[in-house]
Amino acid sequence: MSTADVAHDDHHHGAPTGWRRWVFSTNHKDIGTMYLIFAFCMLIFGGLMAMAIRAELIFPGMQLLSPDVYNNIVTNHALVMIFGAVMPAAAGMANWMIPLMIGAPDMALPRLNNLSFWLLPIAAFTLVTSMLAPYLLDFGTVDTGVNTGWTIYPPLSAKVGASMDFLIFTIHVLGISSILAAINIIVTILNLRAPGMTMMKMPLFVWTWLVTAFLLILVMPVLAGGVTMLLFDRHFGTSFFDAAGGGDPVLFQHLFWFFGHPEVYVLLLPSIGVLGMVIPTFSRKPLFGKTSLVISMAILMVLGLIVWAHHQYTIGMSLGTVTYFMIGTILISIPVGLMVFNFIATMWRGAMTFETPMLFAIGIILMFTFGGLTGVMLAVIPADMQYHDSMFVVAHFHYALIPGALYGLYAGVFFWLPKWTGRMYDEKLGKLFFWTNVGGFNLTFFPQHFLGLAGMPRRIIDYNVAFTEFNVMSSIGSFIFGISHILMLYIIIKCVKGQGEKATDQVWEGAKGLEWQLPSPPPFHTWATAPTVK
Amino acid sequence: MKRLLSFAALIGLVISTPVLAEYGLNFPEPATPVATEIKDIHNLTMIISTVLLVIVFTIVFYSLFTHRKSRGFEPDQEFHKGTFGKWSWVLVPVTVLGVDLTIADSAQSVLEKVWIAPNEEMIEIKVVGHQWWWEFVYLTEGGVKVESRILSKKDLADRGQPENLYLRAVDNHLKLPVGKNVKFLHTSDDVLHAFWVPALGMKKDAIPGYIQETWIDGIYKEGIYRGQCAEMCGTKHAFMPIVVEAVSEQAFATWIAEKKVARDKAIAEANSNKTWTKDELMAKGKTSYDKKCAACHKVDGSGGGPFPKLAGSPMATTGSIADHMNIVLKGKGVMPAWASSMDDLELAAVVTYERNAWGNDTGDVIQPKDVKASR
Repeated sequence: MSTADVAHDDHHHGAPTGWRRWVFSTNHKDIGTMYLIFAFCMLIFGGLMAMAIRAELIFPGMQLLSPDVYNNIVTNHALVMIFGAVMPAAAGMANWMIPLMIGAPDMALPRLNNLSFWLLPIAAFTLVTSMLAPYLLDFGTVDTGVNTGWTIYPPLSAKVGASMDFLIFTIHVLGISSILAAINIIVTILNLRAPGMTMMKMPLFVWTWLVTAFLLILVMPVLAGGVTMLLFDRHFGTSFFDAAGGGDPVLFQHLFWFFGHPEVYVLLLPSIGVLGMVIPTFSRKPLFGKTSLVISMAILMVLGLIVWAHHQYTIGMSLGTVTYFMIGTILISIPVGLMVFNFIATMWRGAMTFETPMLFAIGIILMFTFGGLTGVMLAVIPADMQYHDSMFVVAHFHYALIPGALYGLYAGVFFWLPKWTGRMYDEKLGKLFFWTNVGGFNLTFFPQHFLGLAGMPRRIIDYNVAFTEFNVMSSIGSFIFGISHILMLYIIIKCVKGQGEKATDQVWEGAKGLEWQLPSPPPFHTWATAPTVK
Repeated sequence: MKRLLSFAALIGLVISTPVLAEYGLNFPEPATPVATEIKDIHNLTMIISTVLLVIVFTIVFYSLFTHRKSRGFEPDQEFHKGTFGKWSWVLVPVTVLGVDLTIADSAQSVLEKVWIAPNEEMIEIKVVGHQWWWEFVYLTEGGVKVESRILSKKDLADRGQPENLYLRAVDNHLKLPVGKNVKFLHTSDDVLHAFWVPALGMKKDAIPGYIQETWIDGIYKEGIYRGQCAEMCGTKHAFMPIVVEAVSEQAFATWIAEKKVARDKAIAEANSNKTWTKDELMAKGKTSYDKKCAACHKVDGSGGGPFPKLAGSPMATTGSIADHMNIVLKGKGVMPAWASSMDDLELAAVVTYERNAWGNDTGDVIQPKDVKASR
């Protein structure tokens, strides 16, 4: 290396320009931005699929889709929302905010960071290929498209054509991306904290991501192993999941849910972290019981890893086994209950104002509590025999994941948008977005509880006329819910284009922490000299 | 607190009244004692959840209206340092644990009852899931078999049944006597399915290679109880309903006896060494084809979507009979195997029909003994 290069590396340079800035980016802010843009595109894609599902279900009869296309959309809606929208959005916020919050100059492994993002568009491409495979590619076999639901249970998934292979490849690529991102986040948090930033002084958002990253590393390989075994069953003559060859179809379900249940917490925890930032800010009061929040997260992680089989009560486990899984699952309400309690106690006797992020935070507390309580109902096996695979389950997990994961991310977007863009968003429009969105969401999913209890199974394209009324309500709600996101896009674009009031460094009156000491927007490189935390 | 409780109890009561049940707000009216107990557990957890929800909402809304800056409320920066702040991390988990144990404890006895069938003689029925129909074998009644398939809107009209039963009506009901314990043994012939009749209070997956047990402790009264497949089983998952018809013991015995006679006649027919004429096979073939194959390949053999066209297809015309037979027997990709659920005569008739109907006109006639040879 020549002396000129050394001198070049020594001083702070500005942002590189053109496409190189993005494709070769090693800057945590740029990569964070790309993650967020990618996530929003996938949110729209997954949302359009959801609206197609509801448009099909608005009336009895098959009016829009054929059964296989419907089943394929049901499958891909879930995969796109989980792996394309929620996880990348949370990773984008981690990229943007963790270095700012802990006083680090960047992520610890910037090139790995670049790789873990750029794997995502590749995965999105193979996912779309999987959806189009039945129409575009002819491998000489009948291809129904992946019509299995996102759980891709064999033996059905063993019968699907080449589209399933593309999906398996997609899952592998996504898994690599998530694991790389998780490693990066753990290394950053453990090694790059500013002097004085002890573990217990770390903001809750950083804590939640630390736990999430460990969870990802623990469970993603299990899913990767499971789908690889499926691939071998399909093409290389093994029979891991084929009873006729001495295998066990139920084994796949165990492998899947060993990943699938902790995955729920992977989706939830970053949003809980956002709550831990938003609520104290707008209550103008420190976070209540931070230590107990951190401990309950750790307990949640451990419990989350050992209760997976509550997704499979109907597969016929022994009485002792199901009793264990029932009690384990009900016990999850203890750490979750403590978290909700601590957030309410943070609001209690504070001086609250109700900006958009706070509205979403309050919405989360109320609606996620509801989703959590139906979760306790689902854990109770005799009654779960009825709820299982019905629309009740669909309603339950959307009440857990939309408030629990998605609204946390929305709160984060509105909370940090002024910091990211340097402009305040339009508060009036923000509130309008909140009310239409929450209204649409509740109208969509609340009636589905009744459908499930009355006996409507999930994942069906056509239903008996007895279920019509609630399906009409649900579909209308979903259109309001879906269309409201145009408003969100408009609000964000206004900020990015530099319209609106200039944001101060602190942005919010009650905001505390390192990230609020930086200018809004922060320069390309921040905390080149680590701050000292007292 | 007491007012809250009674309010929640009232909500629970309202939701569980039969008046609202008409609109499908809660579980359907239970048909057996166990299903009744399950509904009670459901209502109990729902009431507990409602009470907790009301408590949380009340506290949050009180705080939202009182502790706001616009009313000049000064934030209490010392709140977390008080006694409450110091001990809440113990108090809250202990309270939640108490609620948890109440729920788990009340569920335990029902769970044991549901999970383990008593060790006594009862009617045993093997329930086999197929893509996309149900097979019920009355193991303790001499192996009488019922095949149950969805009725299309046209079928319903032909039978004089109302159209609003579409997707909840089948050709052959699963008949059960009232007041008798019945054990179900669940398995599947191809992919996962799930047997779900909400009024019976149970659901069980049909898994190939597994046999799982469920039981019901006596249906209260005669009537029709409808349900459908609850586990994603591919293209026509939405189209495999289940209909249980509870009849008197007397009627059940008569029905079983009739079924046995019909079955013995069919077996005798299939086992006779008779050489069948083309017309006989075509007639039998059409009946079976329309019932079992037309769901995918269509009555006119035109297929559609992933299901191949049979009218004029090389497989059913110029292709060899052996290859054709092989696909029907063993299945291929999405196509299920029929070897176990059709006898030689029926298979011979179906293949003959497919090779001669809709202008295929190969003139091939396949005899039951040909099928036996290619099995």
